[in-house]
This record gives sequence, C-alpha cells and structure tokens, in this order.
Amino acid sequence: MTTTLTAPAEDERTAAVRASLRQVDRRRSRVDRIMQGLVYVAFALAMVPLVWVSWTVVAKGIDRFDVYFLTHSMRGVFGGMDAGGIYHAIVGTVEITLGATIISVPVGIMTAIYLVEYGTGHLARWVTFFVDVMTGIPSIVAGLFAYSLFVVVFGPDVRMGLMGSVALSVLMIPVVVRSTEEMLKLVPNELREASYALGVPKWLTILKVVLRTSVAGIVTGVMLAVARVIGETAPLLVTVGVIDSINFNLFEGRMMTLPVYVYGQYSKGFATCSESAIDCIRTINFDRAWAAALTLILIVMLLNLVARLISRYFAPKLRG
Amino acid sequence: MAQRIDVKDLDIYYGDFHAVADVSMTIDPRSVTAFIGPSGCGKSTFLRTLNRMHEVIPGARVEGTVAMEGVDLYGDDIDPVAVRRQVGMVFQRPNPFPTMSIQENVLAGVKLVNKRISKADAADLVEQSLVGANLWNEVKDRLDKPGAGLSGGQQQRLCIARAIAVKPDVLLMDEPCSALDPISTLAIEDLIAELKQSYTIVIVTHNMQQAARVSDRTAFFNIAGTGKPGRLIEMGDTGTMFSSPTEKATEDYISGRFG
Repeated sequence: MTTTLTAPAEDERTAAVRASLRQVDRRRSRVDRIMQGLVYVAFALAMVPLVWVSWTVVAKGIDRFDVYFLTHSMRGVFGGMDAGGIYHAIVGTVEITLGATIISVPVGIMTAIYLVEYGTGHLARWVTFFVDVMTGIPSIVAGLFAYSLFVVVFGPDVRMGLMGSVALSVLMIPVVVRSTEEMLKLVPNELREASYALGVPKWLTILKVVLRTSVAGIVTGVMLAVARVIGETAPLLVTVGVIDSINFNLFEGRMMTLPVYVYGQYSKGFATCSESAIDCIRTINFDRAWAAALTLILIVMLLNLVARLISRYFAPKLRG
Repeated sequence: MAQRIDVKDLDIYYGDFHAVADVSMTIDPRSVTAFIGPSGCGKSTFLRTLNRMHEVIPGARVEGTVAMEGVDLYGDDIDPVAVRRQVGMVFQRPNPFPTMSIQENVLAGVKLVNKRISKADAADLVEQSLVGANLWNEVKDRLDKPGAGLSGGQQQRLCIARAIAVKPDVLLMDEPCSALDPISTLAIEDLIAELKQSYTIVIVTHNMQQAARVSDRTAFFNIAGTGKPGRLIEMGDTGTMFSSPTEKATEDYISGRFG
C-alpha cells in the first residue's frame, strides 16, 4: 500500500497491472475446490470395496487359518468334521500357476520382442490383432480349448495338472505380450544405437541392453499376469477337476486348486450334524472356504512383494 | 590406428526419398574433418553412412562406394557389425547405459559381445580409455557408481571413453557438444585435439566457431530446397574455407547471411 502512496507518477498501465494482479477469480477457485472434493470422493469410493473385501476375508477366514489348515489335505474328511485343510490345493495352485508362467513368459516376451524389434508390415499387424482378441477370451473358453486339445492328443479320459497350466497360459500370454511390448517401447532408441555403434550385434543388443533396461517393468507385468490367472476357477474346474488328496505330479491325475477348493466348499453348504456328534461344526464348509480365500489373497500379496523387490533391484539407478 | 576413407559418388535414400546426392570426398587419417551446413542438409545422414548406422532406419539404402583403406564398406562380404567396430560413434545427446556403472559403461563394447577379459586387463582398459577421454581424474574414485549420475559433459566424455575402448580407427561425432554448456564444450574440443593424434575424426557441428577451432578440413553441405537432396558444396582446408571459399553459398553461410 505504501508504494502506491510514494509513487504518485505511475501511469495508468501500471495501475491496471497491479489491479489485475490483485484480482481474485472466485469462480475458478470454487470450481477448483469442487473438483478437488470430487477427486477425494472418487478415491474414497474406490477404496471402499478394497477395504471391505479385505476386511471380510480376514474376519471370516482368520479362525480356520492355522498351521494345521495349511499342512493337511481333505483326505478322509466328511460331514461336519473339525478337520481338513488346503495343503493339496496350495500344491496344485502353485504347480499349475508355475507351469502356466513357464509356458507364457518365454512365448509372451519373445512375441513382444518380435513386435517391437523385428516386426513390420502385415504379420506384425495380425499378431497384434490376435493378441488383442486373445485378451478378451472368456476364461471358460480357454479351459475348454485346453481340454479338447489334450483329448485330441491323449484320449478322452485324460486328467492332468498340465492341462490347467495350458488353459491359464492362454489367458496369460496376451497380458505378458502387451505389458512387455509397452516396456520395450519405453527403452530409448538412443541406447540401441549406442550399442550398435560399439559393434554389438542386434540380438546381443536386445538381450543385454533392451531387455536388461526394461527387466524391472517386465517383471511387474508378468506378476500382474500371474495375479490375473491365479484366481481363475472355471478353466481349472473343466480341466484339472477336483480331488481331496495330495497330488504332486503335474503330469498325471487330477489336482486341487485354491479357487476350485473355495468354490467346492462353498457349494457344499451347511454340514448336517446329528445330535450326538461332538466335533461337528455346522458352518465348517464356509469356514474352510473363507480361510482358503484368505490364503489365496496372501499368496498374491506375497508374489507382488517379491516382484517389487526384484524390480527395485534391477531398476536403472542414478546414484549407487 | 588412423585410417583414410574415400567416398565416391555416394547417394543416400530413405525409401523413395533421395536424402543426399552424389557426394565424393576423401577423409585424411589423423585429422579432424568437420561437416557444416544448415539443418536438414544431410550431413548427419552422410556421417551415419560412414559406419552403416543409417541402416538402423528401415528403408535406408545407399548407392556408390565408401572405402576404408581400399575396402568397400558396402561390399557383399562386409558385416556391418565389423564396420562399426572399426568406426566408432559419439551421438548428439550423451547416452550412457542407465543400468551400468561408469566402469561397465566403458567396458560395454567388450562385455556386451561376450568377450572374455581378465580383471587386470579390464582395469587397464578402463583407466586407459577414461584417461584418453580426460575423465579419469574426475571419476577414478567412483567407478562403480551409475554412469547416468554424472553431469551432461561428463556423460559425453564417458561416451567417448566407451567408444575408444573398442579401439576403433575412426571416430564419428554427431554434434557432440550441442547439448553441453560452454565449459564442457571446451573440454570436449580439447579432447578432440588430443584424439586426432591417433584417430581419424569426423565431426558434424552447427557451431561455425567450433568447426574453425577444431578441424583441419571442412566440408560444407547445402540443400536446394525442401524435398531436394542435400549435396556437398565445397570441401577444403578449414583456414581456406573460412577466409576465402570458392563458392558463393559457402561464403554466405559462413558469414551468417543465411542458414
């Protein structure tokens, strides 16, 4: 305020500038505040199902979730018996998902390398198109595809964990291709040129510069793909089926998996307890289903944690 | 280690686009040759044909010959990978490998091609190359730190160290100072003056003073108009080119009347 008094000779332009600097646009600040509020509300809304689901699963599953539950199968368990666990389902889920990952990761990464580093023209466009189509395949179709494929090769009575792996890899490959493709595109061309200029052949440049630079993002993408398929129920139900005992062999016989286990237990409903029974729990099937669901969530969280550690280790660093 | 390059009747195309027309020149060993000219006149494109780096761009092809000590670099039995090991390159923007330490960056040309090298030899090569690039004293205590953590000027000298660690005969530089501040530029120019004792150096620059300061011979490229191919207008000793060029266009460009 003092400046305006001590500078009486200021011209109109200066006065106008000062006035416009002090002007407050009430409408803009109001819109700003409303929008900010909307963003917070949207965030809170998005958090509601997440927190709710986590809370429900933990609250209902924690009772049954113990070492006994994790280390025993359902062999010889019937009715409302206070026994039984998910060891056989954990074995199945881990082996089948691992099998699917072993099939999908090389195929997916190499397809992405083809699309980004080599592919030009019609073939690349068709591959991209089919990858997009594959992304939208319903999971039950993938299961039926794997089933019919194995029936053609091994005959109508075939049952093995590998069928589930193949079904899941049909769902996984497009996700791996897409995420890897995006990561490879992010690698600056300058790095490829720097490598070529040092007399490094193209395949070594891809292997040691392009893949090495993008490995953190690729690992994250693979983990997302794993998280997407590990909870699949339908394709596993039609391929690897249901079993109560432990089967370590991925190449022979039925296997149990966690999502199928949850579905199976829940669909059994309440157990029938006779008056005289001592260790009969009416809600046992639901309890087991919730505890198995909790285990599945914990496995996915653990995988995500491992993926984060791996990508942090491999990520390009500025400071050592 | 320096070698002479003869270019004869070279035409460069990108698909149907005729980028550079009819260039013939001789690049002397153990000297600095500067390419100057307005943007888009094809000097960078031409530079990249000297180590077949333009082939990275789909549809690029050349007609004519580029011969190093009499061997045509575009001969049927010549592997572009082998050409690039003889003719190194430094780019406009410093591009150290972000996943590698300073030391690994220098050794990249050896390690990326799976060549075995003993620890002692590797340490010698790193020191020799970094000393050669005037960077040793600044980084010798932090060789295992990431190369991307250096300043822009240091990164560019790291890239030069990485290029000379492969022991090429010729070093191509595509506007190596255009992303750097004047002090880093001076460091690189001093380095170029030292490197020409043992290498043949070709440098593209937009900075006329830089061409005058560092080069022994200068080539002026120009373009007749958009869509027309770039041509070599004139080439001669740098002193002559800057004091009394024979072509009117060269004089106009150098004196700042266009471009």
